[in-house]
This record gives sequence, structure tokens and C-alpha cells, in this order.
Amino acid sequence: MEKIFQKISLSSASLVFVILIGIFITLFNASKPAIDEFGFNFITDARWNEEVPLDDAKKAPASVEINLDDMDFASNDEILLDDDMLLDESGDDDILFDEEDSQTKTVYGGLIPIVGTLLTTAIALAFALPIAMGIAVFLAEIAPKNISHPVGIAIELLAAIPSIIFGMWGLYYFAPIVADLVGGYQVSLLTAGLVLGIMILPFMAAITRDSMNTTPDVLKESAYAMGATKFEVIKDIIFPYSKVGIIGSIILALGRALGETMAVAFLIGSIFSLPQAINDPTISIPVAMANNFGEASGLGESSLFYLALILFVISFGVISFAKLYFLKGAK
Amino acid sequence: MRLLINKIILALSTLSALIGLGFLGWILITLFIKGLGSFHFSLFLNDLIDGGLRNLIIGQFIMAGIAGLVGIPLGMVAGIYLREYGRGRYANTIRNLSDIMMSAPSIVIGAFVYAIIVIPTGGTSGFAGAVSLAIMMLPIVINTTDNMLSLVPKELREAGIALGASKYKVIIDIVIRAAKVGIMTGILLAFARIIGETAPLLFTSETSNYFTMDLTQSFPSLTVSIYDLANEPEESSRDLAWAASFILTVLVLCINLTGRFITRNKNK
Repeated sequence: MEKIFQKISLSSASLVFVILIGIFITLFNASKPAIDEFGFNFITDARWNEEVPLDDAKKAPASVEINLDDMDFASNDEILLDDDMLLDESGDDDILFDEEDSQTKTVYGGLIPIVGTLLTTAIALAFALPIAMGIAVFLAEIAPKNISHPVGIAIELLAAIPSIIFGMWGLYYFAPIVADLVGGYQVSLLTAGLVLGIMILPFMAAITRDSMNTTPDVLKESAYAMGATKFEVIKDIIFPYSKVGIIGSIILALGRALGETMAVAFLIGSIFSLPQAINDPTISIPVAMANNFGEASGLGESSLFYLALILFVISFGVISFAKLYFLKGAK
Repeated sequence: MRLLINKIILALSTLSALIGLGFLGWILITLFIKGLGSFHFSLFLNDLIDGGLRNLIIGQFIMAGIAGLVGIPLGMVAGIYLREYGRGRYANTIRNLSDIMMSAPSIVIGAFVYAIIVIPTGGTSGFAGAVSLAIMMLPIVINTTDNMLSLVPKELREAGIALGASKYKVIIDIVIRAAKVGIMTGILLAFARIIGETAPLLFTSETSNYFTMDLTQSFPSLTVSIYDLANEPEESSRDLAWAASFILTVLVLCINLTGRFITRNKNK
């Protein structure tokens, strides 16, 4: 009996391992056709579901420069938006046209969703970070216990609200206000990033508060005894002491933001075009999957699996980095 | 000057807490106004095809319930392994992997289940939806069980062993019993989380307008239907989506608060 129980528990623990390996292998296999076809150029190719003459297909358009800082994307805004996924049923077979162009084929490139994912995450972090730090400081240091407890629960409830609710609320109530203030479209990188920021806010605040709470009272008290103000104690004692945990919480929140689907799906606009400005609509990897998976087939479907694989590898990397380097001692 | 800076920073920090609360309040008030406006008890009696939500709510619960039936025991036993049997590198690796899996993008899990179940079986099904939710739930339950068992004092285990009980007896009769409340809270929170999930269901279960108990067919899902309805141009569909969101949020927050309430009573 003892032996059996031990075996069962060992095998269910190993299930985690099996599932993760399984996810990786399955995604890799399913994206194999796209990987074979496009290779690593997929990552830098901004054409999604475009018909191009056969000889152009192999090379990605030359002049796509990504400059994440000033959001200035060089050229290549003339991307044909092809909503009709049924067009590419033929998969990777070359399509013969009787007209003067001899041969064309459909090309898929992942640049736009990858850029969209990274930019929305960056906006979300930039927005959430200061507020989350403020909330954590408020909960850990400023508020008396009888206020910080209910406020803490309220902030955690914000995290419990399903993401689809954030999406609907964001689309119909939050985005119009942002669009009025900033101008531009209601569905855009900016509004998607901001709502994403609101979603990761409680998560970040909670972990930051917890690591701040690990600062020994003795340290704080000695600083106060030296005449330090509360801000100085926070800046010079608590932050340095809990720095590692705080950075870990930021990276974990980043990992969450990368893979968030539903809230972004409502707000990002879901079109395959590189954003020229922060209030332009675009698309992210999860949204590209959410909207196109059902209808895709052949090479289109395989390209979506390729995107999923890229997302999985990025978020796996980010999260394990946070776990191994920053949150080792946590718990 | 120092005092001034101190005041400003403390004020900013309090302000950010108010911003956080403000967003929560804004979302909840919106939901209440829009949701209650289109809420009607007949929503619970009709299926989506007749403008109600009955089949969707039941469908969502069935899938989450099956996910729980699979995920909770597996997760608990795995958590027991990590805390009670596992020693050294292997257990640690599994613990880290399970944490990573907890944060894995849910849409990727959907894609995985799509590849291993939906493609081979030829179509979306409630079964595939339940499997994706179970995969989402597993690491959360493992994590909770692991953490809660670590709070059980070693002396309890030693006392059990000293009485001649075998190790698994000690675990089941003593350790689990001692950590019961914490584990239950964790499970409730995990359930609250997966019942509001949409992304892993989008192309595994899809949704259905009709009432069905057949897990081999496309299965009604509240969250997926909210997404579909909210994107439709007609005002009436969107109102229905708001009513559904209202019901979903109330459900999720109630389960969540129940979980917290249990722990709090225990600690008093």
C-alpha cells in the first residue's frame, strides 16, 4: 500500500514534466511545415497571408527596421489585409494563375504579432509599475492594519475578475475616454496596453508587498531611530532589502502580460499592420491565434502554431529567468 | 525639504492605492449597471437560442467540474509527493516547472489541446475543453497543496510515525487533515480562476447555442459566448453579454470570497 501510494504520487508529479515536454513537442511538430518553409525569417517578416510571386517569396522585404523606442517603423505600411482566411486553403502548394504572372504563393510572417505582443507588454509594464509600487508601499508601510487588510483583499479581487470582463469594460468604457484624451483609434496598442496594465497591477502589487513585508523590523526601527523619514526608510532600507523579490515580481507580471489573450483581443484592433504610432491598431500573438485558429488550415494553421511556439518559448524563458534568479528564496 | 518629499511620496503612494481601488470600483459599477439592466430571471430558464443563458452556465460548470475532478486529485497527490516524498533535485525541478506552467499562456494550452485532441477527433468537444481547464488547474492545486503541507509542523508527522502508522497513513490521516482548510481555500481559488477562463476554450470546446450533455460535441461555454456576443453589432446581443458577464463576475467573486472567508474563520 505504502509503495503504491508513493508510486502514484511520483507519477502525478511527473505529469507536470510530461505535459510541459508534450506542449513543446506538439507545438514544434505542428509548426514544422511553417518552420521548414519560412525558417527564422518568419520572425522578421511582416507579411501575413500575402500572395507574392514565387521568386520573391523566400526573401523577406528588405527594409523593415524595428525601432522600439520611438515607434518609428520604416516603410512597409502597405500591407494587404486579407480577412478571408479561406483563400489560403491550398496551404503551401503553389497556386497557378493563368494570367501573366506565372506563379504566386502565400507567405506568412510573424513580425507584426511579435512586435504587437512586445509593445503592449511594454506599455502595460510602464503603466502598471509605478502604480503597483505605490500600492505595495501603501499596503506594507503606510496604511494601518485595519485599512491595509480590506484594501489588500480588494486589490486581490481585482486580480480575480476574469480577463474577458476587462476586455469588455475596456472596449466600451475605458477606451473611448483614452481615445478622447490622446486621439486616434479606440482600439489601439495604447488602450490594449493600458488595460493589460490594469490587469497585471494587482498581481505585481501583491508580490511586491509580500517581499517588502519580509524586511526585518529591526532594520526599519534602527533607521527611524536615526531620524530617517518614512520615505527614506522605504527608499534606503526596504527597497534595497527586497529588491530581488520586487524585480522577480515585475518579471513574473511581464510573463503574464505576454500571454494574456482576451482583454487584448477586445482592444488591440486585430489587424495585421505594423503600428506607426502608439494609438494605431495592430495585433498580438495570442490574439492572432484566438481570431484565426478556427478557420486556418494548412500553412496558415502551421504558422499560427509557430507563433504559439515562439510565445511559449519566450514566456517560458522569462518566467524561469525570474524564478531561478530572483525568486529562489521566496516562499 | 526632506519632510516635504516624504509627504509628497506618501501622498502619491496613497493615490496609487486609490487608483487601484478606483479601477475595481469602476469595473464593478459598470457591470452592475449594465448587467442588472439586462438581467432577468428568465435568463436562467432559457437556452442561448431563445435568448437565455441556461445552457451556457451549466456547460461552463460541467467543464470546470470535470477539470476539477481530474485536476484536484492529481494535483493534490503531486503536491504530496513534492512535500512528503520528493527529496533533492527532481522534486525541486518539478516544483519550478509547475510554477512556470502556472504562468504559461492559457492560449498556448488551448493550442496544445487543439493539436492533441481536437485535430485527431475531428472537431471541438466539451471533453477537449475540460482537458484544457484541467491542465490549467493542475499546477495551481500542486502549488497550494505543496505550500499548505509545508505549514504542518514536523512534530505531528513524528507523532504519527511514533504510533506505528505507515507513512501514507500519516499523510492521509494527519497531515492532510491538518492542512485541510488551506488546501480547500486554494482549490476554491483555483476553481474561481478556471471558471472565468476563455482563451483555452476558444478552439477546444467552442460554444453552442443549445443545451447539451454530450461531451463529444461542441459544448456551451459562458465565457466563449460572452466573447462572441460582445462582438456582435446588435444592441440586444451586447446586453445579453453584459448580463452574462455580470453573472460570471458575481459567481467568481463569490467563490473567491468564500475561499478567503474559510481561512479567516480558521485563523481566528
